[in-house]
Amino acid sequence: MELLVASAVGILTAAGIYLILRRRSFPVILGLSLITYAVNVFLFATGRLATGAPPILNKYQEVAYTDPLPQALVLTAIVISFGMTAVVVMIALGAYLSSRDDRTAMPVEPEGAGDDA
Amino acid sequence: MDHLLIAPVVLPALVAPFIIMAVRHHLDLQRIFSLASVVLLAAISLTLAAQALDGTVKVYELGDWPAPFGIVLVLDRLSAMMIVLTSLLALPVLMYAIGSGWDTRGANFHALFQFQLMGIMGAFLTGDAFNLFVFFEVLLIASYGLMIHSGGTRRFQAGVQYVVFNLLGSTLFLFALGTLYAVTGTLNMADLAVKVAQIPAEDTALLRVGAVMLLLVFAIKASLLPLHFWLPSAYANAPMPVAALFAIMTKVGAYSILRFYTLVFGPEVEATAGLTEAWLMPAALLTLGAGAIGVLGSKKLGRLAAFGAIASMGTLLIAISLFTPSAAAAALYYLVHSTLAAALLFLVADLVIERQGPWILAQLPMPQTGLVSALFFAAAIALAGMPPLSGFLGKLLVLDATRGVDLAPWIWAVILTGSLITIIGMARAGSLLFWKGHGLPPQDTDTSEEPPLEDLAARPAQLPFVACFGLLGGLVALTVFAGPATRYAEATAAQLYAPTAYIETVLGRPAK
Repeated sequence: MELLVASAVGILTAAGIYLILRRRSFPVILGLSLITYAVNVFLFATGRLATGAPPILNKYQEVAYTDPLPQALVLTAIVISFGMTAVVVMIALGAYLSSRDDRTAMPVEPEGAGDDA
Repeated sequence: MDHLLIAPVVLPALVAPFIIMAVRHHLDLQRIFSLASVVLLAAISLTLAAQALDGTVKVYELGDWPAPFGIVLVLDRLSAMMIVLTSLLALPVLMYAIGSGWDTRGANFHALFQFQLMGIMGAFLTGDAFNLFVFFEVLLIASYGLMIHSGGTRRFQAGVQYVVFNLLGSTLFLFALGTLYAVTGTLNMADLAVKVAQIPAEDTALLRVGAVMLLLVFAIKASLLPLHFWLPSAYANAPMPVAALFAIMTKVGAYSILRFYTLVFGPEVEATAGLTEAWLMPAALLTLGAGAIGVLGSKKLGRLAAFGAIASMGTLLIAISLFTPSAAAAALYYLVHSTLAAALLFLVADLVIERQGPWILAQLPMPQTGLVSALFFAAAIALAGMPPLSGFLGKLLVLDATRGVDLAPWIWAVILTGSLITIIGMARAGSLLFWKGHGLPPQDTDTSEEPPLEDLAARPAQLPFVACFGLLGGLVALTVFAGPATRYAEATAAQLYAPTAYIETVLGRPAK
């Protein structure tokens, strides 16, 4: 279980970073999503791993429970990352439509001396 | 419970949707509501600052849940100072945007401006690390919208870079928070401080990882070298009034470093001792150097101002990374100064760009050359830290605070050389822009008589100049009232380095 979660976080992060380094907007957006999945899984694991236990305390009997706070954190993180992905898609689309180029690196500045724009 | 404490967050959060939903087709009403909100915000933050003046720490428990179970907003001298600075910066910037017509060049400027203010105010007031992340996202998502305001190919391309870089930073922030939570089981800053101090020294490997990742996140926000690459193209391609507002955003990073590394990972915490001295100080020195050289090498006015902002962040982070009360006091004074100075430079850059285009080269004299060049001169003096403006006093305080530090000769050398290079860069840009043009032969009539220039000459807008002189007035006031200002900064630094009162007030019980 621990190995599975840890390697899931590692592989997702590695794949995400690789895609971001491709420097084209679609792979970059995909890579960002992979990294957010990785961070969500990681946040889940921060409350210690417990299989099949509800995130609820029971004050009448001793039962296994998982830490509820990471689940709340993950929920917030998912909502935020979802919104951010929407924003980055819109901006990347705008950049692509206005320049017909999906590279995320800034193009080289045209030489300014002589022509005052 | 005093509900005034949450007003700086709630007010823009209510005004922004109101502007979008009710008055989106009435530009005048948008302007009125936006300005009224900022003025009210300034009044609220001044009231709050007056309450924090005697050193009391005020806590607002959201939903009446006590810390560390609920989220709290905390007002101490530092947060009070930062929210006053934010609202006093927002007022001239908004006036400039209205006066120069920037807010008409795209949709939803005023709503995004309010959301941005909400995020910044929240980040300064919150006492909870995860809540800090949320407010970072609020201010970032508004800044993405402002960054690409009024469009254009280059702006969009720079916008994509800016968003991607900041999203990576946010992800790293979550990783850092997760690590800290896994070690301590809490994310409330005061509670973190208590828990971190209790962890035995041999179990702190994970804690150190979390602390380093957190430092990286704040370094990205504060544009610390080598994590500053997003800043020049982002700020230079953003609309200049927006970049002027962004001048406070790099300070959010500096504020967070100051807050976390005095409260949670304070100088006496063994687990993270040496981290900041080993990494933060050399990086800050390099930041200042890179910023100064960037000022010298910029061909475009926007980039010049952006690198000026990086250089001032370098000086600020040098002062912060000394981690002594006197250095923190110098840092706070310089923080106020550099925010106002960088914003002024961005606004003046916009005045020039509107008249002459973005390139720094000799052109025919523009309309209102005298006034614009005087403002540029003042902004250059302020940013480079020359007397008589407050930048000089700020740098003097920073230099003075290095007494007895091993790295002191290096710090002196870098700050003084950096100031010299910045002055040379500014002088070069200023003389090219404002002097050389007088010797040029008249150009062809079809290029020199563009309608916008005629338009500007015929009906000079006054509000932009009011805004610029307002910022300049702020700098002059900071210089004239340097005595009270440094006393406030010293008291604030003393409060930062004695966090027991903060912790006790937030947790409602005596700290161990």
